[in-house]
Amino acid sequence: MLEVQVTDTVTINVDGELAQVPKGVNVIEAMRVVGKEKEIPHYCYHPKLSVVGNCRMCLVEVGNPMRDRQTGEAILDENGIQKIGWAPKPVIACATNVSEGMHVRTNTPSLVDCRNGVTEFLLINHPLDCPICDQAGECRLQEFSAEHGRGYSRFKEEKNVKPKRTRLGPRVTLDDERCILCSRCVRFSQEVAKDDVLGFVDRGTYSTLTCYPGKELSNNYSLNTVDICPVGALTSTDFRFKMRVWFLKRTHSICTESSVGSNTEIWSREGKIYRITPRRNDAVNDTWMTDSGRGLFKEFESEDRLKSYSVDQVAKSLDDAIAATRALLESGSVGVIGSAHSSLEEQYLLHKIVKHTGASYEMIQHIGEGDGLLMSEDRTPNLRGALITGLINELPETQLGQLKGAIESGQIKTLLVFNEDLEQLGMDLSKLKESVQVIYFGSSKNSTSEQAKVVFPSLSVFEKEGTFVNQNFILQKFKQAILPPMGLMSDCGVLKAILNELDKESNAVAMATVDELWGEISENVELLKSVRWSEIPEEGLALDAEAFANMNFVETENLKYKPKLVSETI
Amino acid sequence: MDLKQSTLDKIDKLVPRYPDKRSAALPLCHLVQEDLGYLSNESIEWIAERLELEPINISEIVTFYPMLKTEAQGKYQVRVCRTLSCALAGAYKTCKQFEEAFDCKVGSTSEDGLVSLEYVECHADCGRAPVVMIGEKEYTGVKTDEANELIEKIKSGTVETE
Amino acid sequence: MAIEEKRLILKYADQPGYTNDIDCYIQHGGYEDLKKAFKMKPEDICQEVLDSGVRGRGGAGFPAGMKWKFLDRKSGKPIYLICNADESEPGTFKDRQIIHKDPHQLIEGILCSAYAIQAKLAFIYIRGEFFEGYKILERAIEEARDKNFLGDNILGSDYSCDIIVHRGAGAYICGEETGLIESLEGKRANPRIKPPYFPAALGLYQCPTIVNNVETLCDVKHVINMGGKEFAKIGTPGNTGTRIWCVSGHVQKPGYYEFPCAGITLGELIYDVCGGLLPGRKLKAVIPGGSSSKILRADERFTGKKKDGTEFDWGIEDIPMDFDSLSLVGSMSGSGGVIIMDDSTDMVEALANINYFYAHESCGQCTPCREGVPWMKKITTRMCSGGAREEDVDLLKSVADQIAGRTICAFGEAASWPVQSFIAKFKDEFEAKAKEQALLRKQGENTATETSLI
Repeated sequence: MLEVQVTDTVTINVDGELAQVPKGVNVIEAMRVVGKEKEIPHYCYHPKLSVVGNCRMCLVEVGNPMRDRQTGEAILDENGIQKIGWAPKPVIACATNVSEGMHVRTNTPSLVDCRNGVTEFLLINHPLDCPICDQAGECRLQEFSAEHGRGYSRFKEEKNVKPKRTRLGPRVTLDDERCILCSRCVRFSQEVAKDDVLGFVDRGTYSTLTCYPGKELSNNYSLNTVDICPVGALTSTDFRFKMRVWFLKRTHSICTESSVGSNTEIWSREGKIYRITPRRNDAVNDTWMTDSGRGLFKEFESEDRLKSYSVDQVAKSLDDAIAATRALLESGSVGVIGSAHSSLEEQYLLHKIVKHTGASYEMIQHIGEGDGLLMSEDRTPNLRGALITGLINELPETQLGQLKGAIESGQIKTLLVFNEDLEQLGMDLSKLKESVQVIYFGSSKNSTSEQAKVVFPSLSVFEKEGTFVNQNFILQKFKQAILPPMGLMSDCGVLKAILNELDKESNAVAMATVDELWGEISENVELLKSVRWSEIPEEGLALDAEAFANMNFVETENLKYKPKLVSETI
Repeated sequence: MDLKQSTLDKIDKLVPRYPDKRSAALPLCHLVQEDLGYLSNESIEWIAERLELEPINISEIVTFYPMLKTEAQGKYQVRVCRTLSCALAGAYKTCKQFEEAFDCKVGSTSEDGLVSLEYVECHADCGRAPVVMIGEKEYTGVKTDEANELIEKIKSGTVETE
Repeated sequence: MAIEEKRLILKYADQPGYTNDIDCYIQHGGYEDLKKAFKMKPEDICQEVLDSGVRGRGGAGFPAGMKWKFLDRKSGKPIYLICNADESEPGTFKDRQIIHKDPHQLIEGILCSAYAIQAKLAFIYIRGEFFEGYKILERAIEEARDKNFLGDNILGSDYSCDIIVHRGAGAYICGEETGLIESLEGKRANPRIKPPYFPAALGLYQCPTIVNNVETLCDVKHVINMGGKEFAKIGTPGNTGTRIWCVSGHVQKPGYYEFPCAGITLGELIYDVCGGLLPGRKLKAVIPGGSSSKILRADERFTGKKKDGTEFDWGIEDIPMDFDSLSLVGSMSGSGGVIIMDDSTDMVEALANINYFYAHESCGQCTPCREGVPWMKKITTRMCSGGAREEDVDLLKSVADQIAGRTICAFGEAASWPVQSFIAKFKDEFEAKAKEQALLRKQGENTATETSLI
């Protein structure tokens, strides 16, 4: 597996020109650095999987400065320049690491012939069914064939027949005739998902990708095989035939499934999300994500989605809802149950409201089973955000604490609830009805929303922008992919409006955009000092987590998380 | 799985000899096949479990090596070498004799289950071509007359197979 | 005139009364060289092997001493020795003789070599079809164990080594050393990429591993016996020791014959040793080193310069049988499998037969081999069944050119060289077949003729 610490560079010669590239990387990665026009076509190589070199597409010519075997001295030509010893045969770029002084040729006539040859070979038994293939538009074979193919076929024999439309598992469909046997999916299953269910049966030209009879590719990472399949062999059963990829808009987002915060890409068109795929971030999720995280958008397409503001369960305008909220909050004895699902910006604004109203604040920790990979025990995306913004000072419990008693005893008159369902927190809503007025923020109906005095429908992560702080205290940005339901504003917007109503001095109106909001956040939040919204990089910003080093976070070891040993924290 | 005790004993003796259990996969395939005639899914799963592997790991190798069979074979497995030296000595003709004698296309098992006939690649005895193997016994120089002799012996059940 | 063989490896193998049990072997001086080896330092044995110049007998002809020199001895990991007894190159049947007739010689060679490289475990990877050979080796190993030639504290020393006989199951690619290693690890025999997986550093179980052919390991025994420099006197410089030539095809007396390297010409081998061609037949072509080596045409003249600068001008019968001479004429001695074809041979059919073999044996791992080799098979099979086209011959050559030199392992070359050389030498026959069939098609006649090689 390619794990390279880029600490140093070497100088290599690429097609006659010098280039600085990271030391120790392979020629494919080095050429990515050198420039787009030098990119080496490949199928089987994947930066996060072991190198097997079976596709033979990435052949390059490589030479190294010659040295005398006995003395180690440089061998010079007649002009006093060190001679280059070229390898007698082309070598695969994926298994060739760069070294100082290495010469690489990427585009000689012989190499062009190599690529054309591989392309022709890959196509002879291929069904050439691009018009009905779901991979069209993101198919490496299609792309390279356009570039390296001969445009006509010299193959007059009968093509091999292999199984088509095989159900590999609940989410993945296989077409063996399109498979180029690159083994990426097999290696992924073995090396990353650790679920060794895929393999090749039969031999030679009859080699066929398959799952053992009675077994399934059903692990929660199965769709990554679809992502890395360079051709149309593995397709997503759900996304199949829904939409041509070139019609889809791509938006960077963050998976909210757990504190891992996998980087994602939202594929949408005309306000509808078609699929979610992982976006590479070597510090967060490499190039992978869970299957379950890909389906989260469907929750927001359900009938239960809250779509209008309401007061006393009657649809009202936003202004009416805010006016009602202001009245409730100003009547005193406020309790707030916040959420680690809220964005950092929302948590920041809520913190201001909590301070202003003197509310009692609590939060619930949502814990599930971790899978050691990209699903952590903390099933919220932004617990660290609540710590950083000061909304909480210690890790929340899985149940309400003192606040519960305060609510049940009638001490709390107004309760602001984010996402949580009071019933699930062990409270009898019918009993509380008389003593507590609930203001509910959430995206879907639940028993709490149905009993609430005021309801503010929340937007999904796909409908707004903001930041989350993941398990490793990496501040990560997500962008708006689709428009929210008509007339709805983000929690951020609602909280600003409430804050403005409560406190004209709050400056909330001046924070119209996220950028402007960040102007204030960076002034007031110690850890985010001098961070500007526009300057948060796509790959996230690692924050200094020193202040939280003694906290006993629930996450156990996963792909990118190592829990601190107790001895280290003492 | 109904393996003979002697097979189980061999397996138990063999597996620990290898530095890595997985290395015993191919030998176990041989042993189970020798005992049961071929490697059914049940056998494949049994071998996988014995070596703490996934069934697909065994299935991958069973389908890779032609000597390993996933279907029941005829009473006599007749393998005719068809590679160049044997072909130059008349192997294709020899094979045709077997095909006709047992009404069995090469690559299949005769209807009565007596013979499975297949082409194999070079068995490394090219100096005595054509080479035919019946069971585990190798016969060399199998030209027309010799083939007829073998055919008769197979029919009468007197042919040596090891 | 018959030429006398000069046997070293097969010295006793066919002597009347010589049996393959350990007592007979010991009576003939067996295991004395192992005792001698144990009195030497391992590194001194390696030096002797280097001095002997002995080259690998499995096909590539790489100097065994050099191979051993590349062994990573500093890794701290166990070192393994593997004897490649997969003997699967068509036309080769020498290892079979050693295994069947003199298994203890091989075991002694393995133990000497294992001691030299300090391997504590050795494997004999034997092809699955050698049912009898497997049993013979198993028995021989137990005999040797009983006499403490292998096992714990061999001959009272503090060196221990065991040998495991591991059976293949019908895959030519297991003859390729990294394919063999994968197979031995319990996987499909897909050869590994080199770099980084050079067996000498990252071989079996990612440990330093030496893979040597049966005959090569037997040579080691004789190197210890006579000393590297003395061994090097057999044959010619760079082509030392003896070779067992396996002759098959259209000769009167096919079989295996052992001679010093360069001690015989191809002509002498065919006519004097093997009794010439069948009555009334003329020599048409020779494949000199197993089916993957490039074919030689009977009426070719081979001219050029040798390494030492002297010029040569040989007809096919003049070619000295050794590594360098056969590569000078554009082929190779390979595994020593000499296939003789007389003028009755249809060269298109012969190539179709070879292509069938390689298409069947391709492991299917890398693209050019997996797709290209079966394509060549399909073309030549079609040519033999009446569907030949004039463009086929150029297409075949082009496909072969797209495979050789671009694959993970040498199988790409092994499968391409026959096509390239058949077409270079017998293009006229391929074209004639296509023309003849085109004419028949034009006349509406059946083009399918009876074939004998496919």
